[in-house]
Order: sequence, then structure tokens, then C-alpha cells
Amino acid sequence: MEISKDLMAASSTPIVLAILAEGDSYGYAILQRVRELSGGRIEWTDGMLYPVLHRLERLGHVEARWEVAETGRRRKYYRITSEGRAQLAEERRQWQAVDATLRGIWQVLSVSIPATQPPSAAPLPQGA
Amino acid sequence: MSAADHVDSLEAQVDQWRSYLRRRQAIHTVDVAELEDHLREQIAALVDAGLAADEAFLVAMKRMGNLDALSREFAREHSDRLWKQLVVVPSEAGDARGWARTDGIVAFCLAVAAAVLIKVPTLFGMDLDQDAGFYARNVSLFVLPLLTGYFVWKRGLAASTVRWLAGAFIAAAVFANVYPVAPLGYTERLMALHLPIALWLVVGIAYAGGRWRQGGGRMDFIRFTGELFIYYVLIALGGGVFTAFMALIFQAIDIDVERFFQSWLLPCGAAGAVLIASWLVEAKQSVIENMAPVLTKLFTPLFAALLVTFLGTVLWTGRGVDIERNVLIAFDLLLVVVLGLLLYSVSARDPRSPPGVFDVLQVVLVVSALLADAVALWAIASRISEFGFTPNRVAALGENVILLVNLAWSAVLYLRFLRKRGSFTELERWQTNYIPVYAVWAAIVVIAFPPLFGYI
Repeated sequence: MEISKDLMAASSTPIVLAILAEGDSYGYAILQRVRELSGGRIEWTDGMLYPVLHRLERLGHVEARWEVAETGRRRKYYRITSEGRAQLAEERRQWQAVDATLRGIWQVLSVSIPATQPPSAAPLPQGA
Repeated sequence: MSAADHVDSLEAQVDQWRSYLRRRQAIHTVDVAELEDHLREQIAALVDAGLAADEAFLVAMKRMGNLDALSREFAREHSDRLWKQLVVVPSEAGDARGWARTDGIVAFCLAVAAAVLIKVPTLFGMDLDQDAGFYARNVSLFVLPLLTGYFVWKRGLAASTVRWLAGAFIAAAVFANVYPVAPLGYTERLMALHLPIALWLVVGIAYAGGRWRQGGGRMDFIRFTGELFIYYVLIALGGGVFTAFMALIFQAIDIDVERFFQSWLLPCGAAGAVLIASWLVEAKQSVIENMAPVLTKLFTPLFAALLVTFLGTVLWTGRGVDIERNVLIAFDLLLVVVLGLLLYSVSARDPRSPPGVFDVLQVVLVVSALLADAVALWAIASRISEFGFTPNRVAALGENVILLVNLAWSAVLYLRFLRKRGSFTELERWQTNYIPVYAVWAAIVVIAFPPLFGYI
């Protein structure tokens, strides 16, 4: 499923922060986790994750360190900071508000005009 | 194809991808390493899933995304990187960074050495005010040997070359100090002015390393000289601001820093800044666009307009050039500026590109400068017997002839190029071959003029 660019950009911060809140990780593993969590519905272009990580690093939400991975290559690991956790909590509040609002309106729509509902709009609640 | 071949071709592909990525300004080497780790992990996973190595590479590349879009994203996040960083050299990893640091440390130490060296004569009772003549004659000898040493170290010059360079400096030191010149007389002033010009050639030979005999090496030295001048002026401006603040805040507590400024800060700073500026030019040559050609582009049209207007006014009003004492020097300086404009536009021009509007402008500039100079020379020649041959006048006349010859032949070569009868490379070659002429004339002024004019 195609998710719009804007929505992808907006959701990348909470998703990455939440994954890092589970434990320290690195780019490839974060992307794997995103795929897993979304059941393959969210497909980021791999490279685009890194500018996001660098932005979070600049903002102080995550910290980076280089380590030598078991493959022998140097690998950059990211760790969420306390500011990052605070930001995650804030994002979570905002997304819950958006989510609750949308749920409300989807419900009203599906009750009042179920027949004229275009089929493509149906999967949206799960996607959001 | 064997498994080893697969690995080889995969490595080659990754290498190519990496070097392609490295050319992106916004993506630094560490980011490339991070992305490469990702790419390799992805490839490994795909190979595990049953893909061949080259297929896995293609899929992993595709998933990584379009490199243009990626570097745009990096640029958006790291917009500072598009402003090329000057003093710090962060993009180079490992060896290169260590090398850059050593280079900086050596340059800094040499700058300190120059600053100390200029104060050494004080130990022997010399004073900047009272022995101004001594300082004026020798000032280049305090700084340029160290600058030459920097390039000797940096280019790893052979011992035989170093002996020649050292010999040149020793000879210069002898000539600068053995003549019984009158204090602050004409010949002493001329020596003080011309010795640095002659010794600049020695610096150039060290700068070019083994490439002095090639036109390219000498052209690089011309570029270096222009950039160094600009950097030096910038540092001097910064130094001026620094000094002004120092004077102001110490004035607030009633302490006069003028003495300290004159006898320490100014001489030491001016000497050390030559080394620092040279190091900066060296460090940044690949980092920022060179400034001299940019200034040339700005000022060539202005100077061309000025000279054409001047000539037009002379013709229209029929005014003769009013011969004063300094008019020859003024026209010398004008020719130097025009030559500078020509040199730095030549140095930045791609010799293969066809003639354009700017080339025509350049020819107008050179030809109008030649005509203006001819007007001045004509006026001087008619009255030279009246004035007599003082050392200053002979030196200025000699310089005028040297510059005139250079510019006249340059104009001929440029016109040939515009009419597609010759190549631009000929003009370049003419300019680079002409460099020693300035130094030789300067050396003649230093060595022959004092005895010739009776040390006045």
C-alpha cells in the first residue's frame, strides 16, 4: 500500500523513537522492525531512514555510537535519550488525539452512509 | 562463474557505488560507511534468501532508493555541509585527517617561528624604529625562507633542490646587507621593494615542487599567489578589528597598547600571517571556489570601461599627460593591475572553451591599458633628459617596459585566439614562461642598482 509522503514523514519520528525505546538498534534492524510491525504495509525507502536518524541525533532525541558488529564491519548504533523519551510521549499524545478523532468520524460515516462508502476508503482506519 | 568471482564482482560493484556516493557533497564519509553497512546487510539477507550476489546487489540498491533523492534528503538535514567547511577537514577519514592535522601543526609552528624570527634582531640591539632600513631590506628574509621550508617539507623536495634554494636565500642575505647604502635612500628603498619580488620566485620553485619546469606547475603558483594575497588581506582586516578592540578595551582601564602593538603585535602578526595564509590556501584549494578569478570577473569590465573612458577623454579634450614625479609609478601600477586581471582570468579559464564575450572584454582591457601607457610613456620620453635618470625612474621605466612587452604580446596572442588562428594554451604558456623575467629584473635592481647609482 502506498502511504503519502507527508504522512510517512510525520509518522517516521514516533515510529523510529518507539523502536529505539524497545532497545538500542541500527538502521537495517530498525527498518526490519518497521516492516514486521506494519505487516509489510509500511515500506520506507531504505536510505531515507538515515536522514531521519541524523535529524533525531541533531535534536538530541537519540545518541549514536560506532561499534564493530559480529560481521567485523563498523556499525552505527542508536540509543534513545531521555529527551527522546519525552518527545516520544508527546508524539504519542498527539497521535492518539488524531487517531481518536479519526476513529470517531469513521464510525459516524460508516453508520450514516455505509452504502456509498467507496471501497478504497475502507482500509484507511487501520492504516492510520 | 565461481563463488570467488561473484565475491569479486560484488566488491567491485560496492566499490563503485561507494565512490559514486562519496562524490555527493552532503553525504560525508561516515554516512557512506553507515549506508554501506546497511547495503551489505541487506545483500547478505537477500543472498540467504536464495538470490545470487549480483541480483541481491541490484535489489539492495533499489531498496536504498534513488541516490539523487537520497542526497537531497541528506542535504536538507545537513544544509551546513553545502557550505564547504574551511579549516576543519571533517570529510576525510583516517590517514587524510591525520595528515591534514600534521600539516596544520607544521604551518602553525612555522608561523610562530616567523613571528619569533622577526624579533630576533632585537636581541642584538636592533630596533624596529631606529633600524627601519635594516628591517626594510631584510623583511622578506625573515619570512620567505620559512615559507619555502614549509613547501620543501610538504612537497618532499630533493636535497639538491634544497641546496639551490638555500643558496638563493644566502646570496639574498649577503646582497641585502653588504652594500653601504645610504639610510632610507633611493637604492635602499628599491632594494626593500624588489628583494621580496625576486625571492618570491624561490618560493615558487619550492611551491611547484618538481613541476616548476611544467607550465601547469607555474600556473598553480600564479593561482596560489593570488589566493594568498586575498587571504592575507582578509587576515589583515581581521587583525585590524582585533587590534581596534584591544586598544579600546585597554583604553578603558587607561593602558596604552600602542607600544605593544607597534613593536610586537604588528610585526609578529604580519610575519606569522604569511605562513597561516599559505597553509589556508593549501588546505582549501579543493574546498572552495578560488576567489581571484571571481574578483577578476567583477573588475575586468569596470577597468575596461575606466580605461576606454580615459582614452576617449584624452582624445576628445586633447589634454597631455601631466608629468609629475609619480606618474610613471601610477602607470606601472595600472599595468600590474591589468596584468593581474589578465592572469587570473587566464588561470581560471578552460583553455578548450571557445572565445566568448568576456574574452573580447579582456582584449579591450589589455589594448586600452597599452594605449594609456603609451600616452604616458610618450610624455615621459619627451622630457626624460630634463628629469635625469634617478634610480627610481630607471627602475620604474624598466618595469614599465617589462609589463608592456608582456601585455603587448598577450594582446597579440589573445587576438589570434579570438580570430581562431591560435589556441588559448599559447597565451597561458606565454604568461607562465614570463614569470622568471619579473624575478630577474627585481634581482638586477637589488644587485646592480646600488653600486650603479653610488648607493644613494
